[in-house]
Amino acid sequence: MEIFLQQIINGLVQGSVYALVALGYTMVYGILGLINFAHGEVVMIGAMLALSSLTALLGWGVTPLLALPLSISLAMLGCMVLGYSIERIAYRPLRHAPRLAPLITAIGVSIVLQNLAMMIWGRSYHSFPQLIANNPHNIGGAIINNIQIIIFVLALAFMAGLMVVVNRTRLGRAMRAVAENQHAAQLMGVDINRVISITFMIGSALAAIAGVMVSANYGLAHYYMGFILGLKAFTAAVLGGIGNLRGAMLGGLLLGLIESLGAGYIGDLTGGFFGSNYQDVFAFFVLIAVLVLRPSGLLGERLAERA
Amino acid sequence: MSLHSVRSLLFGTIVSVLLSLTLYGCEKSASTDQKTSGDLAVRIGASAPLTGPQAHLGKDNENGTRMAIDDANAKGIVIGGRKVHFDLISEDDQADPKTATIVAQKLVDDKVNGVIGHLNSGTTIPAAKIYSDNGIPQISPSATAVAYTAQGFKTAFRVMANDAQQGRVLGEYAAKNLGAKRIAVIDDRTAYGQGLADEFIKSAEASGAQIVAHEYTNDKAMDFTAVLTAVKGKKPDLLFYGGMDAQGGPMAKQLKALALKLKFMTGDGGYTPEFIKLAGAAAEGAYASLPGVPLDKMPGGKAFADRFVAKYGPIQLYAPYCYDAVNVMIAAMQKAGSADPAKYLPALADITYDGVTAKIQFDEKGDLKGGAITMYQVQHGKWQPLETLGVAKTAAH
Repeated sequence: MEIFLQQIINGLVQGSVYALVALGYTMVYGILGLINFAHGEVVMIGAMLALSSLTALLGWGVTPLLALPLSISLAMLGCMVLGYSIERIAYRPLRHAPRLAPLITAIGVSIVLQNLAMMIWGRSYHSFPQLIANNPHNIGGAIINNIQIIIFVLALAFMAGLMVVVNRTRLGRAMRAVAENQHAAQLMGVDINRVISITFMIGSALAAIAGVMVSANYGLAHYYMGFILGLKAFTAAVLGGIGNLRGAMLGGLLLGLIESLGAGYIGDLTGGFFGSNYQDVFAFFVLIAVLVLRPSGLLGERLAERA
Repeated sequence: MSLHSVRSLLFGTIVSVLLSLTLYGCEKSASTDQKTSGDLAVRIGASAPLTGPQAHLGKDNENGTRMAIDDANAKGIVIGGRKVHFDLISEDDQADPKTATIVAQKLVDDKVNGVIGHLNSGTTIPAAKIYSDNGIPQISPSATAVAYTAQGFKTAFRVMANDAQQGRVLGEYAAKNLGAKRIAVIDDRTAYGQGLADEFIKSAEASGAQIVAHEYTNDKAMDFTAVLTAVKGKKPDLLFYGGMDAQGGPMAKQLKALALKLKFMTGDGGYTPEFIKLAGAAAEGAYASLPGVPLDKMPGGKAFADRFVAKYGPIQLYAPYCYDAVNVMIAAMQKAGSADPAKYLPALADITYDGVTAKIQFDEKGDLKGGAITMYQVQHGKWQPLETLGVAKTAAH
C-alpha cells in the first residue's frame, strides 16, 4: 500500500511538471493551430538561466531566500523575451504559409536552441544548488519532500492563475476570440499580433517555471533536458485534448500517473514479460491510442461542433 | 477544429515520434584538423558521442585522443624512414548505434589509417563490422561488452577489461566483501548496461546472493522514482546500476530522497566526477569499479593526469585510455615500419606497450590481457580506491 501511495505521489509530482509544459503547447495550438516543438527547449533555457543567475547571485552574497525568487523571475523574464523572439522571427513570417512550413521551422528552432545552449553552457551536467531544506515527510509510509510539495502546489497555483487570466480578463477574452476566429477578432478590433505575442510569452514563462522545478527536483540541468520533456508534455496536451487548457492539466497529471504506475507494476503484472524499460513507451502508446480512438482528446471538443 | 487541423496534429505526432527515434541531437560536430606539409600524413579517426546526454564523456575521449596525437606530432615520429604528421578526424556518433555505422562508413571513406573508438559498446559493436570489412584497425578505449571482440574480427581491439571480467569482480565484491544478501539490479538496456548487469547477476548469484528485482531505465532518463519505488517494495540491501553517470548520479540522489537505505554500486560508467556532482551528498558511500589500477599508481600516470588537467580540465573517465589507445596504435606502426593498415595490423596484435593505464598486450580476440579491476568508493566527496582485484599484472613495475 505504501508503495502504491508512493507511486501516486511520484506520478502527481512528475505530472504537474508535464501539465505546466503542456499548457504552453496547448495555448499556442489553440490560437495558431501550430505545434511549437521548440517549447521543450524553452523549458531547458529557463532552467539554465535560473541556474546561471542563481550561481551569480549567491556568488555576490545574496541570501538564498532572496536569490531563489529573483533568479526564477529572471528566468521567466528571459524566457518571455525568448518566446516573443521565437514567434516574431520564426513563426510570424510564416503565419499564412502552408501548415507544414511553421512545423518544420519549429523543429529547426528546437535544434538551434539546443545547440546554442550547448555552446553557451557546455556539454557537462550542471548541478542545481539545493536551497530548500530537503527534509522528507512521511505520509503513510510514502515519502514526499519539500521541493515536491512546492512543485505540486506551485504548479496548481499557476494553472489556476492562468485559468483566471483566460476566463476573466480582457486579455483572456481577446485570446479566446483569436482562437475562435482570427479574422473576426481582427474585425472586432483585437490586435491579434499582440495577443499572439502575449500568448507565447505566458507559455514561455510557465515553461521557465517548469524548467526550474525539474532542475530543483532532480538537482541537475543539462542542455538536453528539454527534448524528452517537451515530447512528453506534447503527449499530455494531446491526451487531454490539444487546444483545451483544462485538458492539458488533466492530461499532464494523468500521464505522470500512467508512467509511474505503469513502470512500477508492469513487471509484476506480466510476470516479467514487460518491464520498466517500457516506461517511456507508455507515453507514446497513450499518444497513439488517443489519436486512434479519440483524436480530440479527453476534454477536447467534438470535431462536428466546430467544423 | 477542422479536419485540416486534425491532419496537422497527426503529422505533428509522426514528426515527434520520428524525432525521438532519429534526431537525438541533430547537430553533427566534426572537428578536423589537417595540416598539410611534406610529411607523410596519417589519419587517425575517432568517434564518440559529442552531443546528447553523454557529450561530456565523448569530449573527454576526444581530448585524450587529441593530446596523444599532439604529443606524437611534437615528438616528430618517424615511420619507415619518413617523418609523419598525424591528423585527427573526430566524428560524433551520438551514442546511437545507427549513427555509429554511418560515422564508421564516413571514417572509412576518409581513408583513416586507424580508429580510436567508439565510446559505448552499443556503437562499437555494429561499427566494428564496417572497420573489419575495410581492414582498418580499431581500438576502443571504453567499450566493455563481451560481444565486441566475440564477433571474430581481426581488426577489433580494446584497451579496457570487458564486462565478463568486470561484472565477475563486481558481483563477487557485492556478495562477499559487502555481504549483500538481497540485491536489486537496474540497467539502462544498452549493450553496455545490459551486458554488465547480466554478468553481475551471474556472479552475484554464484556467490550466494539473491537477485530480488531487475528493473530498467534508458540512457536518456532523468526520473527514476517509479522504478526505485518498485525496487523499494522488494526490500534489497544493495542496488547495482548498469549504466552511465548521467543516470547513475541522479539515481543515487533519488534513492536518498525516497529514503531507501541500501548500498549503491555501479560499474566504470559511474566512476566520474560528474557522478558525484549529480548525486550531491547522496554520492557518499557509493561503490564503482574501473578496469586497471589507479592512475597515480602507474608509471607516467600522474604526469599524464597533470598535463591533461592543465590543458583540458578534470579527467572525466576514459581520456587516459584514449591516450593509450593512440600510442599503442602509433607504436605498432613504428614497429611495422608502415602506417598501412594491412601492414601494421599484425604488429598491433602482438604488441607490448607500457601505457599510462596498463601494460597493454592483446589476447587472440583483441581483449586486454590480464585486466585488473579496481574498486572505488566515494569518501568525503571524492572517489577513493579501495582495492585492486583480478590479475594485477600491470602493477608489477
